[in-house]
Amino acid sequence: MSDETTRRPFTRRQRMTVLSGMLAFVLMLVVLQLWLLIATMNAYLGGDQQVVWPAALGSTACFLLNAGLLRYLYFLDREHR
Amino acid sequence: MTEEDPRAPVDARIDSPGREGLTGTAPATLYRKLRDAEDITLAPDGRPVAEQPAWRRDFPIDWPQDQYVERRDFMKFMVLVSLSLTVGQFWIAAQNWWRRRRGEPPITPVASISDLPIGGAMVFTYPGPSDDCLLVRPTANTFVAYAQKCTHLSCAVRPRASEGLIACPCHDGYFDLLSGRPVAGPPRRPLARIRLDVRGDQIYATGVETRTV
Repeated sequence: MSDETTRRPFTRRQRMTVLSGMLAFVLMLVVLQLWLLIATMNAYLGGDQQVVWPAALGSTACFLLNAGLLRYLYFLDREHR
Repeated sequence: MTEEDPRAPVDARIDSPGREGLTGTAPATLYRKLRDAEDITLAPDGRPVAEQPAWRRDFPIDWPQDQYVERRDFMKFMVLVSLSLTVGQFWIAAQNWWRRRRGEPPITPVASISDLPIGGAMVFTYPGPSDDCLLVRPTANTFVAYAQKCTHLSCAVRPRASEGLIACPCHDGYFDLLSGRPVAGPPRRPLARIRLDVRGDQIYATGVETRTV
């Protein structure tokens, strides 16, 4: 396979498929974060301090994954132009 | 008509040069691709997509590109939601740190035993002047105290000592009088319990105990 073939940008249909996959993943992570926030709030109001920081770190990890996917989306768009 | 004119009549035979695979009478050059298949949106000025202003790229005319832009913007919004949820987590962590830093509330006298008849209740504030609490005396030697905030939506709860319950009038939530645990209605967490200490005729509040179950 030549370099030219491997560097060829995705077609719009391919980008749409990639975007849909990333969107599904992002939605899953956001739902996970929402559950984490509700569970942490419940624990905090109940006086349980053990879960607060691990939950904050878990949520940060989810956000970093999402931000990474968004960065890749910008890369896809830039490559297309 | 010149020979280069694509509309020029061609040999009608199927396999004649210039019209291989075509079933009509027009030459293949008439159907040559004018634009890239990706480049469906035709701007009024005819320039390619890459040279168009950003607003025209963000509001495409054709549906597939419009769907792509919509999903892309939705994904950006979801990442923003993800950021706000993370900020919320750190807000809880900061509140938790602040609560630990405050430490235990002071020991405070709240009532004398003689002020409270059996089956009676009274309201006092602890630990702060705006933290209303409920002191109940179900039996002669039993005293229980809880924060008066319902764990559902913070309405003021009311004792029903004869039924062994504490009731929230807002959404019909009920708590057990002796344990403070929810027994009916929307609340899921027990009422915050105020630790009591009876010394002689005096009842002291010594701390607040929040619970998840």
